[in-house]
Amino acid sequence: MTATNEVPVSAAGNPIGFGSMKRVEDQRFVRGQGNYVDDVNLPGMLHSAILRSPFAHARINAIDTSAAEALPGVVAVITGKTLEGIPRPSLLGDNFAWMPTLSYDTQAVLATDKVRFQGQEVAYVIATDRYIAKDALELIDVDYEPLEPVMDAKRAMDPDAPVIRDDKGQTDNSITDVHGHKTWEAGNAIGTSEAIEKARQDPDCVVVTQEIMYPRVHPSPMETCGSVAYMDKVTGQLTLYTTSQAPHAHRTVYAMVAGLPEHKIRVISPDIGGGFGNKVGVYPGYVLSIIGSIVTGKPVKWMEDRNENLVSTSFARDYHMTGTVAATKDGRILAVDVDVLADHGAFNGVAQPTNYPAGFFHIFTGSYDYPNAHCKVTPVYTNKAPGGVAYACSFRITEAVYLIERLVDCLAQELEMDPAELRLKNLIKPDQFPYTTPTGWVYDSGQYEKTMRVALDMVGYDDLRREQAEKRAKGEYMGIGISFFTEGVGAGPRKDMDILGLGMADGIELRVHPTGKGVLRLSVQSQGQGHETTYAQIVAHELGIPPEDIEVVHGDTDQTPFGLGTYGSRSTPVSGAAAAVVSRKVKEKARIIAATALECSPDDLEWELGRWHVKGDPERGKTIQEIALLAHGSLELPEGVEGHLEAMTVYNPPNLTYPYGCYICVVDVDPGTGQVKIRDFVAVDDCGTRINPMIVEGQVHGGLADGVGMALMELIAFDEDGNCLGGSFMDYLLPTAMECPEFRTGETVTPSPHHPIGAKGVGESATVGSPAAVVNAVVDAISPFGVRHADMPLTPANVWRAIQGRPVRVDMAVE
Amino acid sequence: MQISITINGETVTRDVEPRRLLVHFIREDAGLRGTHWGCDTSNCGACTVWLDGKPVKSCTVLAAQADGHEVKTVEGLETADGLDPIQQGFIECHGLQCGFCTPGMMMTGRALIDENPNPSDQEIREAISGQICRCTGYNNIVKAIRWAAEAEASSEVNA
Ligand code: FES
Ligand code: FES
Repeated sequence: MTATNEVPVSAAGNPIGFGSMKRVEDQRFVRGQGNYVDDVNLPGMLHSAILRSPFAHARINAIDTSAAEALPGVVAVITGKTLEGIPRPSLLGDNFAWMPTLSYDTQAVLATDKVRFQGQEVAYVIATDRYIAKDALELIDVDYEPLEPVMDAKRAMDPDAPVIRDDKGQTDNSITDVHGHKTWEAGNAIGTSEAIEKARQDPDCVVVTQEIMYPRVHPSPMETCGSVAYMDKVTGQLTLYTTSQAPHAHRTVYAMVAGLPEHKIRVISPDIGGGFGNKVGVYPGYVLSIIGSIVTGKPVKWMEDRNENLVSTSFARDYHMTGTVAATKDGRILAVDVDVLADHGAFNGVAQPTNYPAGFFHIFTGSYDYPNAHCKVTPVYTNKAPGGVAYACSFRITEAVYLIERLVDCLAQELEMDPAELRLKNLIKPDQFPYTTPTGWVYDSGQYEKTMRVALDMVGYDDLRREQAEKRAKGEYMGIGISFFTEGVGAGPRKDMDILGLGMADGIELRVHPTGKGVLRLSVQSQGQGHETTYAQIVAHELGIPPEDIEVVHGDTDQTPFGLGTYGSRSTPVSGAAAAVVSRKVKEKARIIAATALECSPDDLEWELGRWHVKGDPERGKTIQEIALLAHGSLELPEGVEGHLEAMTVYNPPNLTYPYGCYICVVDVDPGTGQVKIRDFVAVDDCGTRINPMIVEGQVHGGLADGVGMALMELIAFDEDGNCLGGSFMDYLLPTAMECPEFRTGETVTPSPHHPIGAKGVGESATVGSPAAVVNAVVDAISPFGVRHADMPLTPANVWRAIQGRPVRVDMAVE
Repeated sequence: MQISITINGETVTRDVEPRRLLVHFIREDAGLRGTHWGCDTSNCGACTVWLDGKPVKSCTVLAAQADGHEVKTVEGLETADGLDPIQQGFIECHGLQCGFCTPGMMMTGRALIDENPNPSDQEIREAISGQICRCTGYNNIVKAIRWAAEAEASSEVNA
C-alpha cells in the first residue's frame, strides 16, 4: 500500500495518492521563512516577562512593585491582587486570579495567597522592550514566608503532610476527579487478585512483583511557549497568536476564562517549533498576555525562556508503579495487577479526556492475551509544576507500555526464559482481532508475531544472543532489549471522550475551485508533522487531484472548522479520516454532476482515479477538473442539487486505532563506568496504511531519539527544598547526534478496518515504545550482576549503582 | 553604542545597548527571523550563524562583539542560482520536521562541507553535536548533509 510505483505521478512529480513525497512546507523552512510566534511583530507591540517564585511552597505576605513601575520603559506591573480586582463575567469564578485547568481543577494565573511550585507565576511586567521587562522583574520585592515543600508523592500521602491546596479547602493532598473519585480503577480487581493468589499457591506458577518508576521528564520542544495578544478595543476583537496544539479548544477556554464572546476571539497557531504535548495546555502566560493587551490597549508579546519552559510548563510521567505478574512456569501470562501513585504537581492540569483521569494507562495489558488485569491509580498534589500529560505520551500509554514491557522482562528473568520467546508465547493472535482486552479496549487489527519476527530478523537476534554468551564468558557486557507495544490513538469517540465537555470529533472542509484546484481546511494543527503535504495526499488519493493542487489551511480558528487539535497521535486517525470522508462526499457530488452532463444515471458511472466514466464505455467520462468547472458553470443540475463542488464533515471516530510495533535495542555497557553505548536500534512499526512513508519514518526516528533521551539522560528531579534540578539544558540533558545511533526502521502494514483509508497514526509510537527497549537492553547487559530492574534515566552513575547493588531514588537529589 | 554589522552582504547600523545579544540584533534590529533561539544558554544551537565564516551560537555573542564583522544567516544561503545544496539536501532527505533547528543545522552543515568536502557520518554527527533537534532523531539530518556534500562533489566532477 505504500509503494510509490503503484501510484500515478503528477506533472510536478508527486504521487497522486500515497507515497514518499517531499514536503510542501520545507520550501519556506529551509529559507528561514517560517513564521513562528516570536516572529510575529505587530505595530506598537509591547513585551512582557513573568516573575516566578524561587520557592516551591511559601506564603506571600506582600509584593512591592513600586520600583519596577518607576523603571523607564515599564508600562504596567500586574500581580495576583490586580487580577483579583478585575471582575470576570464568567461561570468559572468571579475574577481573573484563577483559571480552570483542562481537568476541572483550578490554577492560579498569578499567585495570591501562596506559591505552590518553584517557577510559579507571581507578577507580570509589560514594557516597551524585552530587556526592560526582564530588568523590572529584579526590582519587584516579594515578601515570602517559606513553608515545608512536599516534593515526594509518597510524602504527600502522609496524614501530617503540609496541605498544598488549602485554597480549595482541602485537608489532604488527594485529588478528586470530576466524578468525585479519589482513585481510579480499571479491570477486574477480584478476578485478578484471585488469579495471582492461586498462582502463588501453585508450584507450576510464578508471581513476580516489581516497583518501577517512570520519572518526571519534559517534552522540551525547541521553540518555547509564547503568545502575542491583541485586543482591539474598538471592535472588541481579540487576536491571539500562540504556540497551541489545539487552537479551537483554546479559543473556547479563553471564552470561558475571560468571559469574552467566542466569536470575537481569533486564535492563530502559526508555524510551531515542535509540540510533543508541551503546547496542549493553557498556560498563565498566554492568559496574561491577553490581560496585558486589555490593560494597555496595545499588542503584547510574551515568550518564555528555556528555564521558564522547563520549570513551569507541562511535565510528563512522574508515575510510581508497582506491577505484579503471575504466569505459568512454561511462560503463559495469567494476570497482571498494577498499583500507581501519580504525582500531578500543584494543580491538576493534565489534558486528557474527562472520563479518563489516568489517561489511557489501563491499556497496560499490552500486546498479550491473558484474562485477568486490574489497575488502581491514586493521584496526589505535590509542590511541583502542574501538567502531567505531555511528551508524546498518547495519554499515559507511554507509562503503560514501559510498565508491561519491563514486567515481561522481569518475568523472563525469573523464568530464565528468552524474552523474545516469552513474548511470542503470549502475543495476541491475528485471528483474535478485534480483540477485547481485560480492561475494556477493543484492539482493531494486528499481525503481532509477523511484525516481531521481522524485527528479530532485521537485528539478527539469534546471532546477537550467541555473541552475548561469548562476550559474557570474557567479562564483556552487551545487552539486547525488546519492546513490543500497542497504542490506542485517535481520541476519540465522542460518546466516551471529551475535554472540558468538548467532544473529540474533528471538522474539515474541502472546496474545489472552478479550475479543479482545491483548498482543504483542517481543524487540526501541525507542529512539524507535515500536514500541508499529507492531507493533500489524502485528497489526491480520493479524488485524483494532484497534491500540489490542494492548499491545506490549518492553525487559524477564523479559517478552519472546529476540532480538538493535534496531540495523542490523533491527527491521522481522526482528521485524516475526516479528509477522506469529505473527499468522498465531494466525489459523490461530482458523480451527480458528471451524470447530469453525460445524460446518464449516477448509478451508471464508475470511478477511476480522478474521473467518472460510464460503465462499459470508459471513453465517455468527465475528469474531476472538468466536473469542477461544470459545477460552477451553467449546467442545469437535478432538483435539490446545489452548484459548486464542496463539502464539509465532522468525523466522529467509531473506535480508537491501535498502531503497534516491535523495537529492539542493542547496547554495550562498561561495568567499570556504567557507560551505556547503543550500537544498534531496530524499529518495526505497523501503523496501518502509510500516507507518506518518508514522513512516517521521520516521525519514528524522532520518537526513538526521545526514547534514548528518557532512558539514558532526561530527568526533572528536585531537591528536598523544592528546587528543580532540570531547569536548563545544562542540567536537563537532551540527546544529541552523538548519543543517537543510526536508527534502522522496518514495517508491516495491517490497515485499520474502521478507518476510511486504513491509517492508524504513528506520531507517538516510537516515544511510547522505545524507552523499554533501551532499559531492557541495559538491564539485560548487567543482569549477570543480579540486576533485575533499574529506574531511568540510566546515566553512568545510576547504572554503576545498579551494578553495585545500591540503587537510589532517581527523582530525588538524596543519598 | 552604535555598531555596524554586515549581514548577508548588507551593512546594518544601529544604536544598541552593550548587553544586546547578536541573536536579538539579527532577529529584531536586522529583521532576519530565520535565525531562531531555543535556550539562550548556548546549549541548543538553534541560533547558529556564521561570524566571519565560522559557525557561532549567536546567543552567546554580544552584538557589540560583531561590530565591523561579517555575519551570514540562513537567509544568505540561497543565491541567484537557486537553493544552496545544503538547503536542497534537507528537502531531499527529509532533514526537518518543525523546522526550528533547521537554519542552525544548515549553517553548521554548510561550514562543515566547506572545510571537509567529504565528511564521514561520524564527522557530521560530531559537527552538529552542539545542536539539538527534537523532531528528527538526527538520522535524516546526517543524510541531508551527506547529500549536499555528494551533490557538490558530483557537480564539481561534472563541471
Ligand atoms: S539559543 Fe543559542 S544555543 Fe540555544
Ligand atoms: S526539526 Fe524540529 S527541532 Fe529539528
